[in-house]
Amino acid sequence: MIALSNVTKRYPGGHEALRNATLTVERGEMVFLMGHSGAGKSTLLKLMAAIERPTSGKVVVNGENVGSLRARAIPYLRRNLGLVFQDHKLLFDRSAFDNVMLPLNIQGYDRRDAARRARAALDKVGLLGHEKALPITLSGGEQQRLCIARAVVHRPAVLLADEPTGNLDTAYAAEIGELFRSFNQVGATVVIATHDLQLAERLMPRLITIASGRVDTRTAEAA
Amino acid sequence: MKAWLLHHARAGSTTLRKLVRAPLSTLFNVVVVGIALALPAGLYVGLANVQKAVRTLSPEPQLTVFLTLDAGKADASLIDTRLKEHPLVSRMRYVPRERALEDMKRASGMAGIVEALDRNPLPDAFVVDASDPAPDVMERLRTEVATWPKVAHVQLDAEWAQRLDAVLKVGRIALLLLATVLAFSLVAITFNTIRLQMLTQREEIEVTTLIGATDGFIRRPFLYYGAVLGLLGGLAACGLVWSATTVVNAALIDLSYLYGARWEVAQLSWRDSASLLGFAAGLGWLGAWMSVARHLAHVRPR
Ligand SMILES: Nc1ncnc2c1ncn2[C@@H]1O[C@H](COP(=O)(O)OP(=O)(O)OP(=O)(O)O)[C@@H](O)[C@H]1O
Ligand SMILES: [Mg+2]
Repeated sequence: MIALSNVTKRYPGGHEALRNATLTVERGEMVFLMGHSGAGKSTLLKLMAAIERPTSGKVVVNGENVGSLRARAIPYLRRNLGLVFQDHKLLFDRSAFDNVMLPLNIQGYDRRDAARRARAALDKVGLLGHEKALPITLSGGEQQRLCIARAVVHRPAVLLADEPTGNLDTAYAAEIGELFRSFNQVGATVVIATHDLQLAERLMPRLITIASGRVDTRTAEAA
Repeated sequence: MKAWLLHHARAGSTTLRKLVRAPLSTLFNVVVVGIALALPAGLYVGLANVQKAVRTLSPEPQLTVFLTLDAGKADASLIDTRLKEHPLVSRMRYVPRERALEDMKRASGMAGIVEALDRNPLPDAFVVDASDPAPDVMERLRTEVATWPKVAHVQLDAEWAQRLDAVLKVGRIALLLLATVLAFSLVAITFNTIRLQMLTQREEIEVTTLIGATDGFIRRPFLYYGAVLGLLGGLAACGLVWSATTVVNAALIDLSYLYGARWEVAQLSWRDSASLLGFAAGLGWLGAWMSVARHLAHVRPR
């Protein structure tokens, strides 16, 4: 489903965030990217979502070479992905409900169908009572859950989550973990960048470890 | 198809909401665009009225066809039928050389001179009205008739009308230049308005792009906004021109009573108003398109 081969990413300014990274994620797999802060976990996810382009090497997602995708094709790649951002990227000028509606509006869902799906997604993350709330009035953990609701509302084939439990207490982290698990069980490929060892213990995913921009080759492929 | 309609409906309602939410800046933009459009539109109306006034005030320009002195009555009647059958001729009058001499005798002070002549020095002549008093039509007719046999000379009177037409042509060129400059300014105004909007909505644009919005999705509401801004500006311009002509007409009514005539300035016609609106909407759309294209080029993934 996702395959990186010999990917190097150098940011403008010369910092090399990834060096010669090779890894594969099979369809339907659940994988955690683990490593210290600054190791390059977010960079890996950004490469998979065509938010960043690799300096060299190949990034293939769902059979498409994402690194050299034409700009026009990128939106359609992203519609197959659910993205949970480390910094949430919620829109603060609209309600929680409207934030979750956004991916559905973009994809032209019928309004009633979209509203039903948005409520279901909010319900899953325990925010149904806050649907009219503006994100600024939500706690850090609630904002994070809102971001997850927005990522899964259109039932993407691949879920890429960056520190999805960073701000959550153990109980909520466990609940979100279950959400990812159920998502994975219905066939979605799930890639999560996290430091959360407890979550790893609970979900028992395959772990890919990264240190200073290098992927540990022993963990790079499914056994 | 349904999704497409939905996208457009959504873009339309977003635009309306934006316009209503910031009534002051909307009003300001509309007024600026309106004035920019009213200037050339007003000049256009002015020129059209001057042209019409000149047409009605000036005597119809006529052609006088002089035959050669050796032309006989047979030649004259031949030319008479040719002129009568010519499609560009609406009316014509034959002035035989004897009549011309009589007229000349009757003119004060000329009688003596005419008596002294031993033969008639005047040629047969025709006075011709063209079907269309436009200078180029007159000129075409003049050069054509001048080549006919036994025609000595064809004179176009009211040449001043031709000169005035040249002046009006200069006016039209000035109008074209003015319209071009102001069209650019309209594009610039929408470009800038949309640029500011996109800056304030930068986050929204970034996030929607990240979760799969196409350029078209992002562009659409801004294009609508640009077009609607142009349209409203066009309406404002029509209103301004209409008010100005109405005021002028009110003043003219008093003046025309004094002269016992009825003078009136023609308004911008419906057709011209419609093209002005279409033009303004198109320019607003263009400015928005350019603005969005520039912004999106800046936020592409590196
Ligand atoms: N846009 C950028 N421009 C320049 N350098 C960057 C950029 N983004 C990340 N980096 C650098 O690349 C390295 C890897 O960053 P990345 O965000 O992938 O780390 P991470 O593993 O996600 O860390 P964390 O756990 O703190 O989120 C870091 O040293 C960071 O400073
Ligand atoms: Mg990170």
